[in-house]
Amino acid sequence: MTKIRTPYLLLLPGMVFLLTFFILPLINLAQTSTQTPVGGGDTGQYEQTLRFQNYFDAFIENREQFGRSFLYATSATVLALLIAYPLAYAIAFKGGKYKNFMLVLVIAPFFTSFLLRTVAWKQILGEEGFVVQPLRTLGIISESTTLTSSAFAVVAGMTYNFLPFMTLPLYASIDRIDPRTLEASGDLYANGFTTFRKVTLPLSMPGVVAGTLLTFIPAAGDYVNAAILGSPTTKMLGNVIESRYFRIVDYPTAAALSFTLMISILILVTFYVRKAGTEELV
Amino acid sequence: MRKVSRWFQRNLIRIYAVVAFTYLFIPVAYTFAFSFNDSRKSNLVWQGFTLENWQNPCGAPEICTALGNSIKIGFLATLFSTILGTMIAFAIGRYHFKGRSTTNLLIFLPMATPEIVLGASLLSLFLVFQINPGFWPTVIAHVLFCVSFVVVTVKARIASLDPRLEQAAMDLYANERETFRRVTLPLVAPGIAAAALLAFSLSFDDFIITNFNSGTMTTFPKFVYTSAARGIPAQANVIGSAMFFLALAIVIIGQVVSRKRKVS
Repeated sequence: MTKIRTPYLLLLPGMVFLLTFFILPLINLAQTSTQTPVGGGDTGQYEQTLRFQNYFDAFIENREQFGRSFLYATSATVLALLIAYPLAYAIAFKGGKYKNFMLVLVIAPFFTSFLLRTVAWKQILGEEGFVVQPLRTLGIISESTTLTSSAFAVVAGMTYNFLPFMTLPLYASIDRIDPRTLEASGDLYANGFTTFRKVTLPLSMPGVVAGTLLTFIPAAGDYVNAAILGSPTTKMLGNVIESRYFRIVDYPTAAALSFTLMISILILVTFYVRKAGTEELV
Repeated sequence: MRKVSRWFQRNLIRIYAVVAFTYLFIPVAYTFAFSFNDSRKSNLVWQGFTLENWQNPCGAPEICTALGNSIKIGFLATLFSTILGTMIAFAIGRYHFKGRSTTNLLIFLPMATPEIVLGASLLSLFLVFQINPGFWPTVIAHVLFCVSFVVVTVKARIASLDPRLEQAAMDLYANERETFRRVTLPLVAPGIAAAALLAFSLSFDDFIITNFNSGTMTTFPKFVYTSAARGIPAQANVIGSAMFFLALAIVIIGQVVSRKRKVS
């Protein structure tokens, strides 16, 4: 009898916690998203009128920021994948006895607060930093071009900040590949590129899927990089939600935008996971 | 010439790794270097070398209050999320029961939800129940986003256990309780430790959810964010660098200890 009950007893506190502080808030958020101001004025008071039009209005008004969120997050994810894959490969196949040490190095930058590192990038790439002047002198960028306060800086910041999230799952699945399968492919006259395309890449797909999700999801909802490294023209959906909550106190719009963001990410993720063919994430 | 290019080709991936690590560490090195900046006027440009910031890390107003809050919140969030997460991980990893896939989904969803949505929805809930944002709401928010990561980490460790070890313990007349306490738990312990370390670093570094649920209370990331516009004080660089070396030391000691155990 106790045996049947054990798993449920173990689950009970955690599930109560998640239902109270995750599911209940989401239901509440959904309710808020269809409210309208009391008496139509700017009182900060809202009542339930089931106005689904809120979603439409919020989307139309902020479609630029919405598009930017997904564009920046996708760019950062692709860049992070391109940078992290060879790194994970190098650690897994060439790391030897230094493998663990190198893994520690991948997560080590985490320990310096990510805000400090983002501010550091701002100063490195900024007018007083040591990058802008040499690039101008060499004529790579024009005299009037700045590196910060630009879409480039926001995407670069996100790529940098989420790189460890990409590298670790990639490493985990590349490390599981038996090197003999690669040798076998070579024995069968496949060149390096073909071996990569037909053997290494397919075998590392679970890592690619996990890594891109762990990068894309936080990147799409991020507003810190855009706030520190960007300008008013690089505002993302996160910036809008944040300012609707704290500066304008327009809860229904903020709630509608949050929901739209969450649902779009869930749809994209489901579609992507189906397409990539791995369902072993959980 | 040919030799050089061949060496280059053979070691391309190693050279790449060095470049990538350099990239990862540039802002860390920058933060460390500027912790020695004589920054009474501004910390944006290099003014000269000083040890003063390291001798007086609390020199900037509010900074140590913020740090103290972050440490307290991190500690409590780690404690609660590790306990809840480990229990869930054992339930999922060890038992087949009705509702297992729903449970899995409920664990996965918070990880697939952007932080800003988690933060905003929790704040709405607190507002409805007229709970003011502050210390405990922040702790609850941190437990919420840490718990799924704890479950995933501990579950992976449980899944990699050799079931024969537990069978052996049972064969040697250990009852279920003893087996759990003397065999299973010690074997899972490194996973729990890793999960706790992960939870603490996630909590300590969190800004978005904290910003929504902490009200007027400051935390270290909040302090950095609000002072970023004027240029952060060098004391923040000191604290960031100190945390870096401390965490690195903990990880390296942990690795050495676990290696020694394996040998003996």
